[in-house]
Amino acid sequence: MFVKRSQDLKYSDVTPRDIYMNRRKFLYGLGLAGGLALAGESLADLVSPSNRAYASTKLQGMSGSPYSTTEKVTPEQVVTTYNNYYEFGTEKGDPAKNAQKFVTSPWTVSVEGECAKPRKYSMDEILKLAPLEERIYRHRCVEAWSIVVPWIGYSFNTIAKLAEPNSNARYVAFESYFDRKQMPLWGRAGIELPYVEGLRMDEAMHPLTLLCFGMYGETLPNQDGAPVRMVIPWKYGFKSIKSMVKIKFVKDQPPTTWNITNAHEYGFYSNVNPHVDHPRWSQAREVRLPGFFKNTPTQMFNGYSDQVASLYNGMDLKKNY
Amino acid sequence: MNSILTSKWTKVLVFLICLVPLGVLIREALTGGLGSNPTQFLEHATGDWTLRFVAITLAVTPLRKILRLPQLIRFRRMFGLFAFFYGCCHFSVYLTFDQIFDLHGIWADVLKRRYITVGFTGFVLMIPLALTSTAGWIRRMGGRRWAMLHRAIYLTAIAGVIHYYWLVKSDIHLPLEYAAVMAILLGWRVYDHYSKPPRHMPASIPARKEQTTVAPD
Repeated sequence: MFVKRSQDLKYSDVTPRDIYMNRRKFLYGLGLAGGLALAGESLADLVSPSNRAYASTKLQGMSGSPYSTTEKVTPEQVVTTYNNYYEFGTEKGDPAKNAQKFVTSPWTVSVEGECAKPRKYSMDEILKLAPLEERIYRHRCVEAWSIVVPWIGYSFNTIAKLAEPNSNARYVAFESYFDRKQMPLWGRAGIELPYVEGLRMDEAMHPLTLLCFGMYGETLPNQDGAPVRMVIPWKYGFKSIKSMVKIKFVKDQPPTTWNITNAHEYGFYSNVNPHVDHPRWSQAREVRLPGFFKNTPTQMFNGYSDQVASLYNGMDLKKNY
Repeated sequence: MNSILTSKWTKVLVFLICLVPLGVLIREALTGGLGSNPTQFLEHATGDWTLRFVAITLAVTPLRKILRLPQLIRFRRMFGLFAFFYGCCHFSVYLTFDQIFDLHGIWADVLKRRYITVGFTGFVLMIPLALTSTAGWIRRMGGRRWAMLHRAIYLTAIAGVIHYYWLVKSDIHLPLEYAAVMAILLGWRVYDHYSKPPRHMPASIPARKEQTTVAPD
């Protein structure tokens, strides 16, 4: 357990998972590094590792957010064992098993395209761009289940503004990391990889749109999109790209993975909308995990209408699903 | 071998084995082992077992002939009824947790959503087969007409696979595996039909008390 933790924790301080998970390597690491500057907290943690299956590093010093819902937060166990991350397998339990050894450090995010100041960021740099906030958001999957997650990050517009996008920047395209070696099940995904997503500029710059590094007080587990992902709470979950390596400002609407896979079923916007059914199932109700009954009414824009409905004034949301 | 296959205890044992998937699900439900989306877990598990028992049922006749073990027929009705049983479980989970007993909602789904249309059709087709699965019904209908009716299981098999294929989002491997199994089982019947001179009709098989004469091969 972390009793105390310095505030200036760097991403590279994260104990690599294989070391964390492997007792022999712990001891080996202790032997090697014993005389070195191993923080006391880390030692304590090594001696009595937490019982959590996916130990991550605590993130601290984040503030709350007025955007947070007061709804009951979903048990962390659910959020870390029930994942759509097709690069690591298409069954919900696959990513938790297959993403454990995924290497997320070092990690670079490239910000590029129609902007004055393109640049590459390391995770250490990204984490220091703005104070971290905890945002408790509803998360609604297109498959009609939902969870409530305490994400950690800051508004995406922080990093976007630093790039100074120009007037040609009408959309933002996002790209996930893709590596056949680390993701051997990629061939079964049935979707084109790398995973790509996109937002209209005003959607991307909306303060609700979160650049996310953690959840439940810690850095993101691999299966949830470590080390950095997007969270767009008023859209179906697949819009919130995981393990992101590229942010590109573009002029034209960018291709998006599920739209490429099946344009009839997954539109570019994919706003949560109880009135527009998925062709194969209703979107009027959802099951709040880990519950049994699909008895939670789905809300327009996943309950974020007050904040985002104006982005879509005059648009036919049945056509622009 | 024969004595094993004809033993009453073998039948009891097979019956109990067929109940194992249900037992496992109940145990998981009681111990919180259904995972993060328990309803989906139950839907997938019961759907899988329905398809598996349809396949097992369809495998009886080919195995009987290929292995020359006619006594295997003793188990076919049981397998077929278990297919129906797990189909009922599958439908019940959908009825209870997904639709929460909203019969209008179910009917709207059946009409509107093709994977439900085809899955529901496959399920409904099993009802008359289950009802007429007794020796009494075979007698009443006559072996030939009974066999004709029970060929509906072929449609259930095809409908079940299409139901699965149409509901997955992008990874079609599992539905294709079921499709391959069903294709082999149904293809064997086509092969068997055309590769042999006229066959004996069901009625010529010596009847045993619990034997269900013959049926669709």
